[in-house]
Parts: sequence; C-alpha cells; structure tokens
Amino acid sequence: MDEKKLAIIATKGTLDWGYPPFILASTAAALGYGVEIFFTFYGLQLLKKDLSHLRVSPLGNPAMPMPIPMPTLMMVLPGMEGMATSMMKSKMKAKGVASLEELRELCVEAEVRMIACQMTVDLFEFDTADFIDGIELGGAASFFEFAGESDITLFM
Amino acid sequence: MVQEDKVLDARGLNCPLPILRTKKALGELTSGQVLKIVATDPGAVKDFEAFSKQTKNPLLDQAEAAGEFIFFIQKA
Repeated sequence: MDEKKLAIIATKGTLDWGYPPFILASTAAALGYGVEIFFTFYGLQLLKKDLSHLRVSPLGNPAMPMPIPMPTLMMVLPGMEGMATSMMKSKMKAKGVASLEELRELCVEAEVRMIACQMTVDLFEFDTADFIDGIELGGAASFFEFAGESDITLFM
Repeated sequence: MVQEDKVLDARGLNCPLPILRTKKALGELTSGQVLKIVATDPGAVKDFEAFSKQTKNPLLDQAEAAGEFIFFIQKA
C-alpha cells in the first residue's frame, strides 16, 4: 500500500479547537490520505450529534482577539461566554468558514475513521447514543495500531 | 485558453472548503476532463498548487482578475 496515513488525537471540545482536527482530517482525506481521529477527554464533545453546545471562552484565553480590550475580571460575568461564542459564529459565517457540522460531515463522507476513547467515555459517563453513527470505541493500544503505520501523527 | 467541462463556484468560501468541493467535483468528472474553479480565498493559490501536486491532477492554468482566482484542474 502506498496510501499515506494521518493519525490525529483530538483532546479539546471548544468551538475553536474543534476546527483543527476536522479541517486537517477532511483535507488529508481529499489529498488521498487514510485518516483516523482518536477522540479523548473533552474531544469527545466533537462526536455528539448536536454540536450547538460547543462554546469559546475569552476567559483564560488572553490571545483571543476582542473588539474592545476587556479586563480579565469582566470575562467571568454571566453571558460573556455566550456573547463570545455567537460573535465567533457570526464572524465565521461572514468569512465563509465552514461550520463544524459541515466539516465533520465531509470527514464522514471521506471515510475518516473516528474512534472514541472508551476510558474517557466511561469516566465522563457519555452516552454513546448521543454520538454520530459510525463511531468505534477503543483504547490506547488501538490508537497505536493505526498511528504506528502513519506518516503523520498530530496531537490537538 | 483551456476549455472547461464543468465550473465550480467557490467564491466566498474559506479554507479548506474550496479544496474539499474541488475534490468532490473532480469525482464527478471522467479522466481528462477539466474543472474550472473560481475562488476568492487568497490562500487558494498555494493550496491548489499543493492539491494538484499531491493528487496528481494537473493544474493546467491559473489566473487572477478583480480579486478572483481562477484555476483549471484536469482530472488525472
């Protein structure tokens, strides 16, 4: 087999950090790579059928560009996270950035293999019925089965 | 000028959508046919060169006019 392979570990479940795994996985698949994503810890949020709960927070995120400079203390106020999230969503739409759902759907169509980490599914008591179809469950050893033969391995 | 068999309008789309839509559109063509892509993402210039190189679908021609980037990719 001369097919190249990409293995990704997705560990984050915020709106912004949901993008890198799905952008790179879908693009690699379009370039002819075989792709597998291993979702663990907060990355499991990216597998839920409904992604509307994903948020981006300016709190503890000093590099996030804000329309006006804001003291850290203000970022804990109720509604700040919701505001930052809806601002980012509308900006993405205006700039022609795909929605996470769309990118994930493109990954599914391109047969990107998605594995949910069994240990963290149990730890956080996720209901796998809430996940999109076609998700496999596995552990660290099953990640290495694919990653060991991969040309590129990325931790996100 | 290269004659296209199909046109893909990727204007207003940002990375990686122009590439992903191109991949899909090429899938609907037969070998030797040409896809014309119109994009507005400035990053598309490098991306289409990289896409062509890696997928072995030749980039026959490209042009830029009035903020639009035009690519002609032939299905291998």
